[in-house]
Amino acid sequence: MKLIAAMSGGVDSAVAAARAVEAGHEVIGVHLALSANPQKYRSGARGCCTIEDSHDARRAADVIGIPFYIWDMAEEFHDGVVEDFLAEYAQGRTPNPCLRCNEKIKFAAVLDRARAMGFDGVVTGHYARTEITPEGKTLHRAIDISKDQSYVLSVLTVEQIAGAIFPLGDTTKVDIRKEAAERGLAVAEKPDSHDICFVPSGDNAGWLRDRLGSEIGPIVDQSGTKIGEHNGAYTYTIGQRKGLGLTVPTADGSPRFVLKIEPVSNTVVVGSREELAITSMKGERPVWCGPAVSATPTRGFVQIRAHGQALACTYSYDGTLLHATLDEALLGLATGQAMVIYDGDRVVGSATICETN
Amino acid sequence: MSSIYLDHAATTPMLDCAIDAMTTALSKLGNPSSLHTPGRSVRKDIEDAREVIGREVGSLASEIIFTGSGTEANNIALKGLFWKRRAEGRNVVLISAIEHHAIIDPAQWLATHEKAEVIEIPVTNDGVIDCAFVEKFLSQRADEVALIAVMHSNNETGVLQPISELVNLAGDIPVHCDAVQSFGKVPLSFSELGLTSLTLSAHKIGGPLGIGALVLKRGIEIPALLHGGGQEREIRSGTLNTPSIVAFASAISSHQYLSDVVTKLRDYFISNVQKLLPDAILNGAKSARLPGIVNFTFPGTQSDTLLLLMDGANVSCSTGSACSAGVHEASHVLLAMGHSEKTAQSSLRFSLGASTTQSDIDYVLSVLPDVIARGRAANLS
Repeated sequence: MKLIAAMSGGVDSAVAAARAVEAGHEVIGVHLALSANPQKYRSGARGCCTIEDSHDARRAADVIGIPFYIWDMAEEFHDGVVEDFLAEYAQGRTPNPCLRCNEKIKFAAVLDRARAMGFDGVVTGHYARTEITPEGKTLHRAIDISKDQSYVLSVLTVEQIAGAIFPLGDTTKVDIRKEAAERGLAVAEKPDSHDICFVPSGDNAGWLRDRLGSEIGPIVDQSGTKIGEHNGAYTYTIGQRKGLGLTVPTADGSPRFVLKIEPVSNTVVVGSREELAITSMKGERPVWCGPAVSATPTRGFVQIRAHGQALACTYSYDGTLLHATLDEALLGLATGQAMVIYDGDRVVGSATICETN
Repeated sequence: MSSIYLDHAATTPMLDCAIDAMTTALSKLGNPSSLHTPGRSVRKDIEDAREVIGREVGSLASEIIFTGSGTEANNIALKGLFWKRRAEGRNVVLISAIEHHAIIDPAQWLATHEKAEVIEIPVTNDGVIDCAFVEKFLSQRADEVALIAVMHSNNETGVLQPISELVNLAGDIPVHCDAVQSFGKVPLSFSELGLTSLTLSAHKIGGPLGIGALVLKRGIEIPALLHGGGQEREIRSGTLNTPSIVAFASAISSHQYLSDVVTKLRDYFISNVQKLLPDAILNGAKSARLPGIVNFTFPGTQSDTLLLLMDGANVSCSTGSACSAGVHEASHVLLAMGHSEKTAQSSLRFSLGASTTQSDIDYVLSVLPDVIARGRAANLS
């Protein structure tokens, strides 16, 4: 096949590209320039957006022996990922930008462009697997569960999965680093990236405050009584306990947690641990990674964070919303996050959480 | 198959005679500044080369200052002439809007660090500097101008500039000319043009990388950028690079670049591209241009996509414009010629050289329509 390898400058995408070449594919390396004003040097745990990273990607492509190009996707990234991130926070939700980037950039803008240019698909260094089944190509968890990235890939449609190649899903990260060293790739020991790539300081709350302003608003309890103040509701996360700065203690001295963020009234609602508990959730804008989910309640698992646990549940789809009822109650769940349904290790689909109960 | 190379304006293959001259010189011992026999011997080789290059560019041998690159020559000229003239109370640097970054960036540096006032000379839609602008500007502010810098021909479009006319307008104001693309391709005489300084580069004419020259009018003294042994008129220090200098002279004096042949191939290429892709726009079409540079805008495409597809089809060409962090910026040259950001980003430069053949051109013509079609599809996706 003729493939485009998306190369961030990190160890994973470099090994993925090398493996694709070894598998006999014709591969061209592409680094995505996602920032209009990239910083010169990498700092902290961010792994793809600096000029240093693009040099690392180029060097890896040269060592592997494949052509290398840089594609300017800064505008698409800003519109599809950064703006979405801000808009979601402004609505009191907690978005996952990596998921949005896979949905709108890597397996949309890049894959579409690649296909139009005559390529068959896109190779990335994501830790996930695909399988060819009678029902088509399906998406599965990686062997290395600690690195599994199927959660952030759950926004891919069947059509997108068909054009996605994940060569690393059958290997642990430790072995990928070893393999990179054996292949003479200088990025073998490059640190993993963790932070949000477009927040250079790593200070998400500060970054949001600079862009969304910091309007002071009330912190109230479940009865609506004001018990404190905040300077920007969106800098809080559901389930957050620390940093609330509350001076009015609860009757029994138990801690308070963020239960709800109300962007319109700029209010943060807090309450007890028990009040955080939820047993069901609904998600909008579902995407199916295989056959669509039906109205029939089905047993499976739901995951609500990138590296969270798979929670046993019963799920169904009513034609508009994806429903999941948990076997056991869960503490603290923010709307805006993705609920990803698994059937064993297969990704069934995902939706954006819009309601919890 | 080996790739078809149509990026000779970036660099062109070293000529066999230059490789021979260079390898012979590499095995010869001696620092040209030494006074003993081996030193004198390599010094003679350098001075022979200086005379050859002087003849080829229409200057005195003593006016040639060897540098490490064309960029270095431009930096010495711009900064040196500016500092010299600022001491006389002149602060304005007049450059064309279509200069290479090796002129724009030193000029901007002078603005940032030395408080120079940089004025850009606009160009017409056909890529020629607006002499009326220069005339008007000088009629008002000639006393303030430290120097004028305009390239002999543009590296992206190949459009030749009216240097003689400019020098006439400039009067006593020093005029610097970056001629790295023109040298060896079109008639060029430093003395006839009446320039103060001129930049040359060896690797654009079949010589080696890493050697250039500043032709600086006899008697003009300017401050140095590199201080040290004072080898080149106290203006450029550093042990002279004998093998590269000798190869530079060998390349330019071999006269292997046949302008008529390249011009004919270029015109054949242009007329066939226009037949195959009638909406392609030839940039600088109405202007006198270098034999070897062709710049087309292909509406509805993105040049970085086209480059990838051309490379995949074994054709090496270029956008001609600079990269910022590896991302192609819209060419400042095409923008100055009236292009929008979008159309400027839809352009490719094909540059032919002494070794380009008819079959090279025919091959490129055979793959170009499909590349443009895919490029358009990718742009719509």
